[in-house]
Amino acid sequence: MLRIAKIPIAVFALFILVFPWMACQIPAIEHYPDIMVFAGIYCLITIGLSLLMGYAGQISIGHAAFFGIGAYISGILTVNYGMNPWACMGIGMAVTAVVAALVGTPSLKLKGHYLAMATLAFGIIVFIIFNEETQWTGGPDGMSGIPGLSLFGFEFDSVERYYYLVWGIVIAAFIFTVNVIQSGTGRALRAIHASESAAGAMGVDVARFKILVFVYSAVLASLAGSFYAHYLNFINPATFDLFFSIKLLIMIALGGMHNIWGAIVGTGLITFLSNEWLQYFEEFEVIVYGAILLFVTVILPEGLAGVPGIVKGWFRR
Amino acid sequence: MTLRRISIIAIICFFGMGLLVSQANAFDGAYKVGGVFSVTGRASFLGDPEKKTVEMLAEQINKAGGINGKELKLVIYDDEGDATKCNLKVKKLITNDKVCAVIGPSLSGLSLAVIPVAEKYKTPLVSCAASYKIVHNEKTGKPYKWVFKTPQSDSMAVEAIYMHLKNRGINKIAIMSVTSGYGASGRSELIRLAPEYNMNIIADEKYGPKDTDMTAQLTKIKGMAPAAIVNWSIGPTQVTMIRNWKDLGMTAVPLYQSHGFGSRKNIELAGGAAEGVFCPLGACNIAEQLPADHPQKSVTMDYLKSYTAKYNEPLSSFGGHGWDALELVVDALSAVGDDKAAIRDYLEKKQGFVGQHGIFNFSPDDHNGLSKAAFSMVIVKDNDWALVD
Amino acid sequence: MEKITLTSQLLQYLITGLTVGSVYAMVAVGFNIIYNVTEIINFAQGEFVMLGGLIMVFFHVSMGLPLILAFPTTIVLVTVIGILIDRFAIRPIRRPSVLTLIIATIAVSIIIKGTASFIWGKDPFDLPAFSGRDPINFLGAVVQPQYFWVIGFLIITAIALSIFFDRTIIGKAMSACADNPDAASLVGINVKQMILLSFALSAAIGAVAGITITPISLMEYDRGAMLAVKGFAAAILGGLGSFPGAILGGLIMGSIESFGAGLVSSGYKDAFALIVLLVVLFFKPSGLMGSIEISKIKRF
Repeated sequence: MLRIAKIPIAVFALFILVFPWMACQIPAIEHYPDIMVFAGIYCLITIGLSLLMGYAGQISIGHAAFFGIGAYISGILTVNYGMNPWACMGIGMAVTAVVAALVGTPSLKLKGHYLAMATLAFGIIVFIIFNEETQWTGGPDGMSGIPGLSLFGFEFDSVERYYYLVWGIVIAAFIFTVNVIQSGTGRALRAIHASESAAGAMGVDVARFKILVFVYSAVLASLAGSFYAHYLNFINPATFDLFFSIKLLIMIALGGMHNIWGAIVGTGLITFLSNEWLQYFEEFEVIVYGAILLFVTVILPEGLAGVPGIVKGWFRR
Repeated sequence: MTLRRISIIAIICFFGMGLLVSQANAFDGAYKVGGVFSVTGRASFLGDPEKKTVEMLAEQINKAGGINGKELKLVIYDDEGDATKCNLKVKKLITNDKVCAVIGPSLSGLSLAVIPVAEKYKTPLVSCAASYKIVHNEKTGKPYKWVFKTPQSDSMAVEAIYMHLKNRGINKIAIMSVTSGYGASGRSELIRLAPEYNMNIIADEKYGPKDTDMTAQLTKIKGMAPAAIVNWSIGPTQVTMIRNWKDLGMTAVPLYQSHGFGSRKNIELAGGAAEGVFCPLGACNIAEQLPADHPQKSVTMDYLKSYTAKYNEPLSSFGGHGWDALELVVDALSAVGDDKAAIRDYLEKKQGFVGQHGIFNFSPDDHNGLSKAAFSMVIVKDNDWALVD
Repeated sequence: MEKITLTSQLLQYLITGLTVGSVYAMVAVGFNIIYNVTEIINFAQGEFVMLGGLIMVFFHVSMGLPLILAFPTTIVLVTVIGILIDRFAIRPIRRPSVLTLIIATIAVSIIIKGTASFIWGKDPFDLPAFSGRDPINFLGAVVQPQYFWVIGFLIITAIALSIFFDRTIIGKAMSACADNPDAASLVGINVKQMILLSFALSAAIGAVAGITITPISLMEYDRGAMLAVKGFAAAILGGLGSFPGAILGGLIMGSIESFGAGLVSSGYKDAFALIVLLVVLFFKPSGLMGSIEISKIKRF
């Protein structure tokens, strides 16, 4: 997707703007904006991941770790040291960037399965640390009492306010990422995805770009984690487990890996499926995820983002 | 190709259907009580019996004419053991379903997570989770205004165990715990209360909830030669641990399990290795062994009979917490109706409530209402429980 | 209770480590079989172990079939499941890439896990030990007879596989596919069938591991994921694609875990093995017994 049009972005922004008002009018979906807040938080992660996996072609099965690092740094610093939440967000992103660079540099030299395994191992190790270091993280029982966000006295203490805050950031990140894709960096990434040796031969600093994208996606995940912590006012390690990393993969695969819109669509669908439409039966939910994932890999490799293209193809005949 | 077309059309329909799936709940002329339990997911052994119990109770109550003639409508959601979902569901119960009180959640961590929601929306929450932090605000030292809980605190189980050990003259012990919330909570209580009972903890080992082998940890403990072992876990690890204990030839060292062991199924799974294992249990687990004049005898026997008859499965200790929570709310409803503040005030003053896990005496400083008397020490004998002095 | 000596303790850790490590080794061998023929890493490998255990419980405990009958029946059933996975999840993928294949096998493992929890529920299940539970005292360490069965089956599997791959025509055909599928099909080898066979074989070995380990540590529906991760780590530790490497890797992983839990910290047990894996990946990705040239030839 080379040209990402401006009009769909504007339409989408408008939809986001009026959605809470629309939802209030229909009692059945009055609580949807609440779910949309989480969808927005997850979108922050998947936008970055989509850039990493879809455009640069690198796999990560451990991104829950970065989500968690952002959340826990925000939590620990605000609860134990009473620091300003916004500053903690920044610190969280900085720390995550460093960790991502440290882990990414040796990992991104690996290919395919080895890279998958390295990110998987990293994700699990971070999860174990969250569980074990009870003094800092509160251990398996989690950490509560995390304050909400406020700016110059304006408190983001209702669902609507937080909704607009999160989605504002998501749209900003989206536009920024789109610009990256359409810039020289984006072309370099796509070249790397197509063939690392060819890209290298053309003068692209392959290693540097891969790490850059990895760090970028990790930082976005960390930001999402901070927002999550300040919304729920509570975090526990179970949220950042291997299955969440896999869920992120499902979101991107479902939406369409090679299209940044796919991240938003897939994330939204899975969030609603998971929190609203597939009630009860976690086992059933898990089977449905597996089935969706399998379905997408076998029948719809382009994900839902590929559907309009296919439908157009039918009409052309 | 056709398969592709069908699948794509199916997706579009599925998406459209999603909006229809969530329906508005609009009941009238009834008392609406909400419940959030971990029915499926990692804590389903907690939430599933809790849900079954409250549903069974609601049915019984409605058959007997309801509460002062009004129907008791239960709205129950599954949080699947997930903090995000729990938060969403509790908010939904309060704002969308407009319940007058919420029972649950099943897990301590999740209960802590939704306390701010209960406080913000001024709705009574009766949790079925064990952590004392649920009814103890560390900043003020007092309970949260709108939050109550029915399970005994871990500290009470620990005290029951320590008292028993002290009476036997044992003070050199090893502790093992699982690295989940349950285990971590028990472990911190074991460590905190040790000085009070003169307990010297010479080994403190941990294992993961999915671990299949604790021989390494037990071997280390064997090397320290403690006079007793206290194990704090729940789920399959409790059973594996007992088997390892037996296989390593350590049965001469008395083993104490946590109250999470309270299910006959665990004895069965241990395959005979559980003979002689000690465990503190609430009354509902040992209904049949209680003497006839025990104040909880009749409610626990009733519960045992109706639960096993209706669901054809052994009684679960945790279902009892759900029983206690719902019956407390029902009691409040029949006394003061469904005004949230009135229910809260009533609960806070309730004395002498005979429940499955103890006799509750609430007060503004105590939103749990139980003491260590809520536990009796029990030993596994002939593949069943037997009371111990 | 008399104190046991440090050597006995260490010996105990070693024995437990070798037993647990045998399971990892069998999972790693299963990985390698599929990887060698298809260059796919099958994330559902751990589920074969789980299915082996639970299906055996069904045949032997619920249905009362004697051990001698239940054992092969279980293996056959799990093998069939392995074949189904190849047929319906792997083969239909039109443009296989690393990402797609990894995701497909993850999807399969999730589906199997979910279905298992539907059928068997969340509780753990037990199998009677093959030759009783009387522990054997060995230099102060306590050994369960079942441990010998686990390690024994690993040895049998290793020997059987090496005979298969080196001496039989089919085995050699499979190795040929691993080296170069196009050349193999040019000489008349049905590559698709070889892939099917690799899944079948992998599933069977996984099932054996599951059946033998259940009497020791019970089995429940979600054991598969962690086993797959550790088995995979063992395979990479030993060198992806190498059978002796897989066995060595598995035994080493099990021992690191056991000694780590006993001597250092039991809470971080799972992390030890993974940290070792990361170290191997960062410094010598071809593993202990793999070689750099071979790992470069592979497409993935």
